[in-house]
This record gives sequence, C-alpha cells and structure tokens, in this order.
Amino acid sequence: MLVKAVILIGGNQKGTRFRPLSLDLPKPLFAVAGFPIIQHHIEACVQIPFLKEIIILGYYGVNEMSQFVGEMVQLYKLNIRYLQEFEPLGTAGGLYHFRDQIRCGNPDYFFVLNGDVCADFPLIEMLEFHQTHREKQQAIVTLMATEATRQQSLIYGCIIENKENNTLEHYVEKPSTFISTLVNCGVYIFSPEVFHQMANVFNKKQMDFYNVENGSSVEREALYLEKEILMPLAGTGKALVYQTLKWWSQLKTPGAAIYANRHYLNLFRERRPERLANSDQPTIIGDVYIHPTANVHPTAVLGPNVSIGAHATISYGTRIKESIVLAHSRVLDHSLVLYSIIGANSEIGCWSRVEGTPCDPNPDKPFAKMENAPLFNDEGRLNPSITILGNNVTIPSEVIVRNSIVLPHKELTRSYNNEIIL
Amino acid sequence: MGGKDSLLTYFLFKKFDFVLLDVKLGTMKALILVGGYGTRLRPLTLSRPKPLVEFANKPMLMHQIEALLEAGVTQVVLAVSYRAEQMESELRAETDKLGITLTFSHETEPLGTAGPLALAKDILASGDEPFFVLNSDVICDFPFKEMVDFHKAHGKEGTIVVTKVEEPSKYGVVVYSDQGRIEKFVEKPTEFVSNKINAGMYIFNPSIMKRIELRPMSIEKEVFPCMAKDAELFAYELQGFWMDVGQPKDFITGTTLYLKSVREKNPAMLYSGPGAVGNSLVDPTAVIGANCRIGPNVTIGPGVVIEDGVCVKRCTILRDATIKSHSWLDSCIVGWKCVVGRWVRLENVTVLGEDVIVKDEIYINGGKVLPHKAISDSVPEPQIIM
Repeated sequence: MLVKAVILIGGNQKGTRFRPLSLDLPKPLFAVAGFPIIQHHIEACVQIPFLKEIIILGYYGVNEMSQFVGEMVQLYKLNIRYLQEFEPLGTAGGLYHFRDQIRCGNPDYFFVLNGDVCADFPLIEMLEFHQTHREKQQAIVTLMATEATRQQSLIYGCIIENKENNTLEHYVEKPSTFISTLVNCGVYIFSPEVFHQMANVFNKKQMDFYNVENGSSVEREALYLEKEILMPLAGTGKALVYQTLKWWSQLKTPGAAIYANRHYLNLFRERRPERLANSDQPTIIGDVYIHPTANVHPTAVLGPNVSIGAHATISYGTRIKESIVLAHSRVLDHSLVLYSIIGANSEIGCWSRVEGTPCDPNPDKPFAKMENAPLFNDEGRLNPSITILGNNVTIPSEVIVRNSIVLPHKELTRSYNNEIIL
Repeated sequence: MGGKDSLLTYFLFKKFDFVLLDVKLGTMKALILVGGYGTRLRPLTLSRPKPLVEFANKPMLMHQIEALLEAGVTQVVLAVSYRAEQMESELRAETDKLGITLTFSHETEPLGTAGPLALAKDILASGDEPFFVLNSDVICDFPFKEMVDFHKAHGKEGTIVVTKVEEPSKYGVVVYSDQGRIEKFVEKPTEFVSNKINAGMYIFNPSIMKRIELRPMSIEKEVFPCMAKDAELFAYELQGFWMDVGQPKDFITGTTLYLKSVREKNPAMLYSGPGAVGNSLVDPTAVIGANCRIGPNVTIGPGVVIEDGVCVKRCTILRDATIKSHSWLDSCIVGWKCVVGRWVRLENVTVLGEDVIVKDEIYINGGKVLPHKAISDSVPEPQIIM
C-alpha cells in the first residue's frame, strides 16, 4: 500500500487575521509549542504507515518555504516537497493542478490537511475507517468531523451524517441558519478517483468561460473543495464522515495560537515528554517548552503553557505564563508576561507587565470551540484579546502593555491599554 | 494660673526611646480641629482614626503636637466633631500610650467650624495669652514661634496663616494689604484674585470668644469677615511647603514635599541603603531585600518586609506590610499588615486598607481596597473594591 499527504497552506493574501505575526513570516511557519504550525501536521503524517511523501501546496514563494522544507526532510527522512500554485487556485484548485504529482507512484489514498487547523490528528484511525467503509459505499472521500455548539457551528462547514452508514447526507458551508452541530475539520482522505470528479467540475467551468462573452478570467482555474466537490457528493453515498472526539481547533488568529500552544504542549506531555522542560531551576509549572539554545535565568518562573524560542533570553526574576516568546527575544529582570505573544528579536524592559486576555472556549458548554470574536466591538473599541508584539518591538521598563497589538519595529515609550499601535 | 514652671514628660513614639523634656511654661494653648471620621482618607480611616494614620512614619497628629510642644504650648485640646465618640476613645488610648495629656472637646451637636472654639472656651480663654487653632490635615514646616512673633507685633485679634498655591480657585483666597491686614475673602473665585489661600492655621486672642456663640457657626463665613471689617485680622505668609493631606492623592504629594524638606534639614535621616533613589524614609526595623529599588519619595514603616527585586516609587508602606519579590509599586498607599504578592503591579493612587492580601501577578490601577479583602483578580480600571 502507498499513501501520500497534502498540506494546504494558502499564501500571503490569506491569513490576514494572523497579522502582525504573519507580516514577516508565512503563517504556517509560525512556531506554536516550539515548532512551526505545519510541522505538527507533518509529525502526525509521519506516524502513518506506508506514508511515502508529503506535498505542501500553497502560493507563498518557493524561497519562503525552501529552508523549512529542507529541515523537515533532514529531520524526518521522508520525501517532502513544496509546490507553489502559480495563482490562488482555491481550496481544491491546487490539488487538481498538481494531480499528476499527487497521483504519481499510484497511491491508494492521499490525505489532505488544511494548514490553518490544529489538532490531535487521528490520521491512522481515519485511514482504517476509510479502508473498511469505502468498500461498501464506493466512497471517494472521508471527511473528518467534530462537534461544535449550535451557535458556533454557523462559522464552519456543517455536516449532516447518515448514522447508519456514516455517509454524508448534506453539507453547507457557513450557513446563515442552524443546520447541524457536526462541523467539518478540514482534514480529508481521498481516493485518486476524486480527480475525475474534479476534472468534471473544472472542465465545465472552462466551457462556461469560453461560451460566455467577456467571461471573467479571474480565478478561472480556481476550484473550491467544499462547495464544488463535497457539496455535490452529499447524499450520493460517495462521501463518508469520520467523527473524532479528539481535540481540534481552527488556527486563524493569534489568540488561537496561544490556545493551540497549550494543547500541543499538553500532547507533548502525553507522547513526547522529553521535549518539555523539567527542572528546579528555572522553576517550571505545568507544560513548558524551552528551545535548547534559549538562555533562562534560574530564578525565572515559567508556565504553565509557555514556549520559549531559540536564543531567547529570560532574565532574573521574570514570570512568564500562558505565552509564546519567539526567537532572539529578551525579557529583562522582574517582568511579567501573561497571555501574550512576544515577536522575534523583541525586548521587554525591567519591571514591565505585558498582559493579554485569553479567548478560551466557554467551559460551561461541551464541545464549545474557541471564541472567534471580531477585532473590534460594536462601539469601535478593541476587543480584549491576546497581547501581541510584532518582531523587533521594544517595550521600556516599568510600563504595562495590556490587550494591545504592537506592529513590528515599534519602540514604545509609555503604557498602553486596549490599543493597536502602528 | 500660669507662670509656674512644671515638667512635661512624654515618650517619643519611637519604641524604647525615652526623652524627658523640660518644657518652659509659656501658657499658650492649642486647639486642633480633628473633625470626624476622615471619610476622604478611606479605606485607611476605616481601621484607624485619621489623626493616627502615619504620615512619613509618624501619626499625623504627632507632627503637629510635637511642633506645638517645641514652640512652648502646654495644653492641646482636640476638638472631635459630633458623633465621633468612638474616635475619641481610640485617640485617647493612643495618646495615653504616648504619655501626652490631651484634653478632648467633644461636640454633642454639630457646631460647625467656629463652635468648637466656644466649646473649649474654658481652657482656651482661661488666661490672656493667645491660642493656636489648627486644622488637623495640614502638614508643613510649622512656624509656630514665628507666628507668635508676628501676632504679637501687629497686636490685633487674629492671625491667619496663608500659603501660595498653583490653583487657588479650588479653595478660598485671601486678599490682604502689604502690611498683612486682611481685607476680604473670596470663595472659589472665577477670575484670578490672589494665589494665597487660608492654610488652616490661626492664632487668636481670647477676646475672639465674644464673636463666637455656642451654636453651629462657620468661622470662615460668620467670624472672619467681621474681624476683617474691624481690621482685626492679619495674614502671615507661610514659607516652605504646605499640603492638606486629607485624601490619598494629596497624602502622596505631601509626602514628596515633606521628604524634600527633610533632605534640606536633616539628610542623615533619609534612607541611603542599597537601591536608594532620591528621598526616602525607611524605619530601622524594616527589612529590604536584594536588587530592590526604593524611591524616590517612599516611606516605609516599622516591621515592613520588602523582598528581592521590588521597585517602590512615590509610595507609603505602613507598618508590618509585606511586599513580595519582583513587584512594582508607584504612587500607592499600602495599609498596615497588607501582603502584596509577587510580580504585582500597583499604580495610580491605589490604596490598600488594613490587612489586604493581593495575590501574585495581580495588576491594580487606581483601586481603593477595603480592609481584610483578598484580591485575586486584576483591577485594570480605577474602582472601589469591597
């Protein structure tokens, strides 16, 4: 048997909600729990037996991704390639465009994972499920699904599943009224037959283009997975639903990065405890990742849920909690960092306080997902959220920066509260 | 009556220091208008009467009493206002401990700002000597001897101390001639009239009692204007700093002014240990950790523990409080026995009442916290925490 995996990562025009963190670095490469977001995907894929190749598809420039890909190949000793779409091709257009690359070697199945989700990916279980069930149904795809609350389901793709045979009955992307609490996770297993489906849709679109006078050529070759491939499959029995109870979340905002940081660190505790920090000095509380090259003073108190990046300096008497500190940053004496993301090469002075507000799911509602509040509230004020310092930001001593977003290369001179600082 | 030498003994309230002071008896008396419950200085005054709250490590009342005693005053009457019985007993207990004999004058009905004088007439007007009247919230370089000299020189019935302020329109201003004869008072002027205001300290001859009845009377509205018309009222210009420390913001500003004066007069008293910045007063029984920054303008009371890495600026830390490691405090008052956790940030005139516990990593901005409260959530905007 031969299996492949494709990770879809989009490009600079997408993922704008991840700014300012995505201004200098492709979002998929942002480090959560010490490792780039899609490295977590790669690690999950690597566990699959018979996995022979991982293809990363997106429209970031090749030079933006090549170093990362090179490192992944070295680390996991697996075929990993980055293929750049020549223009944004939608959620399925890239798959169709590079179908020959995906099909070559005749894989029995291929996974497709969305780059902007984070999860305890149950890929092996999903593969077993697809293998056992597809025979009966002639299914060409299995979607991974999870429960959400009634209200939150409206922002996802909603799924109605036929519980008798696990087939997809009905699918609506971001409905305006309630359809179902079962939502699409953005993780799929496809059989190569799906390319016939895609070809039909693609060719029809081309025909439409050529038949209509002055047809718009914008996004001529774009294909949308949810709307144009999955929705038509609903009710035909050709699409299966695999429901998972494991942790899953979208990763669209910096607040989500803090949330994912906590969960991935927690997964390390279960599966790779050697990655987590474990010592008396500095004092470690809960799950903490410290890059081997980071410089942490023995009197610092870190955690829970903290990731410290390469060559970061954490000084005397500091306290860091529920935060991500990126490479080469410096947190000076006595300071406190809480629910914040400190961008690369930034500096926080002495006795300062950098503090954000978490956007955790409602603990009273089962299956509640992270709050995805808009940036501003109805009165035009910034909604309290994670504090983010872009890269190369300087915070002076003795100030407080609370619920604020600071764009890269900014040098602050006073305290801030609930502001975006350009 | 009068003229006899006698010994007045009192203990300075620094523990274990006994001082026998042989004070020559002039026969001057003083009336300190202590007033009532000091609601503006809550939450501190919920635990203790305002005169006993320590300003620069000494109860507010003692700043005035010590200056009075040094100027030859033998008897001090504390005018405690209507419905303040409990305060009288607390004050009496404290001053008895200090070994000072004070007389209490207690209103049984509200008497306004002039009535208390009439109530204490028997003591104040018992002889020919003039007497002082002081507002208890005033802190300055008390010029009592100079006031007496000035008063005797002009020979009229009353002297009011005036002081220059930046924003006189918030107060009542005093208008007087070059010789100091007061012409009139203007309450909260709408246009600039003068920048001198009533500093809350007076000397009166016993004859003033003719002008005061034992009923609610306002000295500013009913007595002073008449005296001014009769050309019996003079203004003594105060030199140096002045502050009404009856509310937290002014308490903190007043401390800064007071410490500046200490720097000029007696710099050896100021803290010069590790981490000292600017002017600070630290009680010898306080313990200060490593890598701290103390000051400028900080007073630290007895038994206070400041752990490692703490930065304190423009604060008053009262007796037996503890500030744990790496915290940062600016412009605050920390009440008696409080425990402030690690990595705490307090700023913007935060006042912690007695025995408040602030948990680690909390941020309080302009909070007023009532006594015995435990704070486990940050207070990012000014508010009162009950």
